[in-house]
Amino acid sequence: MDAKLKDKIWTIILYAISGFVVLLLLVLIIYILFKGRNFLSFSFLFGNPKVGEAGGGIAPMFFNSFYMLIVSLLITIPLGVGAGIFLAEYAKEGLLMNIVRLCIETLASLPSIVVGLFGLLVFVNMTHWGFTILSGAMAIAVLNFPALTRVSENAIRSAAESVKEASLGLGATPWQTISRVILPSAMPQILTGIILASGRIFGEAAALLFTAGMSAPPLHFDTISLIDKSSPFSLMRPAETLAVYIWKLNAEGMVPDASDIANKASAVLILMVLVFNVSARIIGSKIYNSYSGKK
Amino acid sequence: MNNKKILIKLKNEYIGRTYAIICGLLIVILTFSMMFFIFSKGMNTFINDGASLKEFLFSSVWQPDSDTPKFGALIFIAGSTLVSIGAVVLSAPISVALAIFIHYISPKLGDRMLQPALELFVGIPSVVYGWIGFSVLLPFIKSGFGGIGFSMLAGILVLSVMILPTIASISADAVKVVPKNYLEASYGLGATRWQTISRVIVPAAKGGILTGIVLGLARAFGEALAVQMVIGNSIKFANGILSPTSTLTSILTMDMGNTVSGTPWNDALWSLALLLLVISFTFILIIRAIGKRGE
Repeated sequence: MDAKLKDKIWTIILYAISGFVVLLLLVLIIYILFKGRNFLSFSFLFGNPKVGEAGGGIAPMFFNSFYMLIVSLLITIPLGVGAGIFLAEYAKEGLLMNIVRLCIETLASLPSIVVGLFGLLVFVNMTHWGFTILSGAMAIAVLNFPALTRVSENAIRSAAESVKEASLGLGATPWQTISRVILPSAMPQILTGIILASGRIFGEAAALLFTAGMSAPPLHFDTISLIDKSSPFSLMRPAETLAVYIWKLNAEGMVPDASDIANKASAVLILMVLVFNVSARIIGSKIYNSYSGKK
Repeated sequence: MNNKKILIKLKNEYIGRTYAIICGLLIVILTFSMMFFIFSKGMNTFINDGASLKEFLFSSVWQPDSDTPKFGALIFIAGSTLVSIGAVVLSAPISVALAIFIHYISPKLGDRMLQPALELFVGIPSVVYGWIGFSVLLPFIKSGFGGIGFSMLAGILVLSVMILPTIASISADAVKVVPKNYLEASYGLGATRWQTISRVIVPAAKGGILTGIVLGLARAFGEALAVQMVIGNSIKFANGILSPTSTLTSILTMDMGNTVSGTPWNDALWSLALLLLVISFTFILIIRAIGKRGE
């Protein structure tokens, strides 16, 4: 009887712990959204930040976060997918493969602040670019490179299983097989990985402090250029993102309503993370359905 | 004719293969160049500024900006170590409990509630964790336990939530692959579920669980902004869990922007970055050793 009673007690404890964790998450998210519930106002989402007075908005930072995300994805996706193909299809087990794996593990576990400092050294100082979107995007690309490589490798491996030999048997070269048969069917799974990574990029701050800088000049959408510093699409301008802005509000507090803005900006960030997460889940379940033949 | 064949082969295979190999090698190049650059910057303290490794690691006198600079980083090393270990001690039992719940107590609830919850925990940006810690946890600690709020305790609590999903998801993978016949043997001998969990599943999965714990520790060591926002950043040893201190990452975040490249102070900060790199590489080697032993 004793063992059975113990079993019951521990079952209850495990339920309690799991319930506590889920509850903690719910409370956290609801609290953040509730505290920042006034973020849905035109002057906040589309207004420029103010210095020394209350009521500033987050428009430039919000735009910067999206632009940074796009630029860094444009850098990481081709490289990550390429490296994934290499690991899944071309690399042979052996010393080289082992070294590549060790490097991926090392790179993936590096603190993001260290990656940011590497970015400061190479993408900011050595290139003489200064704090720019491009430097920040490259630092984040370094940060996400290993994760995306892993996602692509796994997706390609699992997609290759069923179709690879058929394609090779028809006389296609390995590359033709990869690019026309395997990759298209691996794409949904890679996409899920990319969206989840996007959520992380959107909230990343430590790697950006010393690469993309901490200033966000107001945006004027009358010049469109990738190099001209006055254009919002310029890769060569400093760009404080939303996450970095929250950090700076807390560190320097240069406006009287800093905590109010930080609350609202946190709500916006959390909402974006939720959007990224939910869309990754939807795509994931679509793939599951199509693979299991339900639709 | 032969030329044309080569050209077709080039188009169908060689270009793609070369691209994939370049992407794979890029990871290696990136990792090595990161180590090289941070190593060469971080060594300046010892080569140009006359600090000894012994002083750096074991002295607690940190005055890199004085006329006779002192480079003792023990305060930060101790701060990082204590906070990270505290977070792991708090987080690991909960994570293992979650892992077991997901696969052995209620797979249905685990799949529908806990897995998505863990994914969301990962998705919440570290500045948002830091901000919630600052605006909710600090006042709570101040009124509940005394002190000024900024404290090691706050750092430990924030970090323990942040590393929870890391440890939980890796432990979950580890308990999932425990062979079914172990369970059947255990149940067949008349063991209760809890006896099976505590004496068969957890011991059989201990390698994987340990890997999760080490990765959690690595993540805790490297987390910068969330810790920096709640720990108080005073350059002294914590004389209790309620007093503020500094960590390797927090001092880097605070001071890197204020120093000029080439000064002893700046060099010393790069040495801290190098130390972080060495620590995270060591963790990877430990994980590899655990994996080897398990084979």
